[in-house]
Amino acid sequence: MRLVVDLNRCQGYAQCAFLAPDVFAMHGDESLLYNPEAAAEQRENVARAVAACPVGAILLELTDEDMAGVVPQEAGAGAGSGGSR
Amino acid sequence: MSGGGTRDGSLEQLKREGRIVVVGASLAGLRAAETMRDKGFTGSLTMIGDEPHEPYDRPPLSKQVLLGNAAADHTALPRRRAIDADWRLGVPATGLDMAARRVRLGNGDEVEYDRLLIATGVRARPWPNPEEGELAGVFVLRTRDDGEGLQRALAARPRRVLVIGAGFTGSEIASACRERGLKVTVAERGSAPLVGALGAVIGEVAAEMHREHEVDLRTGVMVTALEGDPAGRVRAAHLSDGSTVEADVVVVSLGAQRNTEWLAGSGLGAGPRGIACDAGCRAFDVRGIVTDDIYVAGDVARSPHALFGYQFLSLEHWGNAVAQAETAAHNMLSESTDRRPHLWVPAFWSSQFGVNIKSVGVPPMGTEIIVTQGSLAERRFAAVYGYQGRVIAAVTFDNCRWLPFYEQQIEGTAPFPPPFTTVDRRPEGNKPVPADFPDPSVPTHGPTITLSGYSPADRKMTFTPGH
Ligand SMILES: Cc1cc2nc3c(=O)[nH]c(=O)nc-3n(C[C@H](O)[C@H](O)[C@H](O)COP(=O)(O)OP(=O)(O)OC[C@H]3O[C@@H](n4cnc5c(N)ncnc54)[C@H](O)[C@@H]3O)c2cc1C
Ligand code: SF4
Repeated sequence: MRLVVDLNRCQGYAQCAFLAPDVFAMHGDESLLYNPEAAAEQRENVARAVAACPVGAILLELTDEDMAGVVPQEAGAGAGSGGSR
Repeated sequence: MSGGGTRDGSLEQLKREGRIVVVGASLAGLRAAETMRDKGFTGSLTMIGDEPHEPYDRPPLSKQVLLGNAAADHTALPRRRAIDADWRLGVPATGLDMAARRVRLGNGDEVEYDRLLIATGVRARPWPNPEEGELAGVFVLRTRDDGEGLQRALAARPRRVLVIGAGFTGSEIASACRERGLKVTVAERGSAPLVGALGAVIGEVAAEMHREHEVDLRTGVMVTALEGDPAGRVRAAHLSDGSTVEADVVVVSLGAQRNTEWLAGSGLGAGPRGIACDAGCRAFDVRGIVTDDIYVAGDVARSPHALFGYQFLSLEHWGNAVAQAETAAHNMLSESTDRRPHLWVPAFWSSQFGVNIKSVGVPPMGTEIIVTQGSLAERRFAAVYGYQGRVIAAVTFDNCRWLPFYEQQIEGTAPFPPPFTTVDRRPEGNKPVPADFPDPSVPTHGPTITLSGYSPADRKMTFTPGH
């Protein structure tokens, strides 16, 4: 599972760090650090973080491995980042 | 006429069976390729990159990777969609024949194109003395391999790290070292860290941050020589003030050079300052005539911006690479009337010493600055830059939620100083002070925006690093 956060857009709301604490963490008051290649078992947490980010800053790509054993519903979830600026 | 068809159908044909070549397989190249496929381009797409890796993200290299939180080879960029490209990785483009529409590769191959996108970015400026630069323990930080090597060197717990240059990258490296409990010295030619990018008023705040975190910050000095031991490992650096710093790891963080050498003699308007293009990302040739089939995006581009006096801007900004790539890709596949200008408001972030630094606009154009929220002393503030009576840029330290507001102010050419009063207390007073940028003719280590003049093919300029 690969992800990238558009940190220009990120407003440090920490939703993602709350929902997927093993992948996203606040560093200081408002800087966000994240693991750009999160483990497959974090899939659901990360998907929740992507959906919850109020500014749509997280772009996620799920690989086949992440999707193994998953009933297909939303391949390659994720908000486009940077597109509309 | 809308995007659908030209009178002669050539655009439709290009979209269906044209050949598009992208040189530079990184952030801008990848995002452009995805956008082209999104726009219905079904022809052949070739991605040429001199690095052996698939496109990866660079900002984590000086942050998560150096902190040991993410591996350097785990920063591959997520894909927005499949791009079905012919990847030529690990081989550089070495030449361009504009008349024959052909790119020459380092392995002797030639690739023909109908449309070419150049996104070759920049590279770290190396230590000017090659012999010293090759000592073991001396690093630059631009690529994934650099990041991996440097993180390994830090993990080996060197007795002291010396960072040469306190731009954004240098400051982030120093911050990561301190967080790992390593001793670090920072040597900066300017009066403070970040002065080239944000001016001396903010630079002073950055200097305080370094000192508070026990960085041995030396400003107003240059490193004159690096010294190795008999085994070829770096062991010390000599400074212009006569002092010596003993260090096992030295990181040269002196800014970047544009990757344009491969275009020398091609007739394209490419030089040490980048590749000049119009607001629609079309490259200029050396005569200042815009090309029809060659586009530019990302760190290597310099393009005029209406909001900033039509000055040519070179931006070393992640968000610019994404936005410019999308615009270039759109324009490459559009009729002239459907093309869009790249009018992105420059925006940048950095994270150091646990503080989130962000800016919008073009701070180096600012002549004055005023703190509008918070306070410099608390390192939690928003400050606005003024230029000729209007808001030209803003910077925040741990106060990023204000930035979209200031972005609107910049876009709306709002007056400076801002006429509104805030509910905030303003310990620094509410009068603008000089922003105090160093003389622009003196190159700084890490400006992330360069105002690069009007001439599209200025080959006369030479840059002689003072180090
Ligand atoms: C350590 C670090 C930290 C950063 N942090 C931030 C940050 O916090 N915020 C921010 O906004 N920006 C940051 N940036 C800047 C951001 O990463 C760049 O703006 C972005 O990578 C630009 O993308 P690009 O595709 O234009 O160029 P690049 O990423 O430089 O890619 C260009 C690619 O082209 C290749 N290439 C060059 N010449 C040739 C050739 N002749 N043939 C084939 N391939 C070639 C290069 O090897 C490279 O892979 C940081 C950069 C670094 C290095
Ligand atoms: S939820 Fe979105 S805005 Fe909030 S910290 Fe995460 S990425 Fe940033």
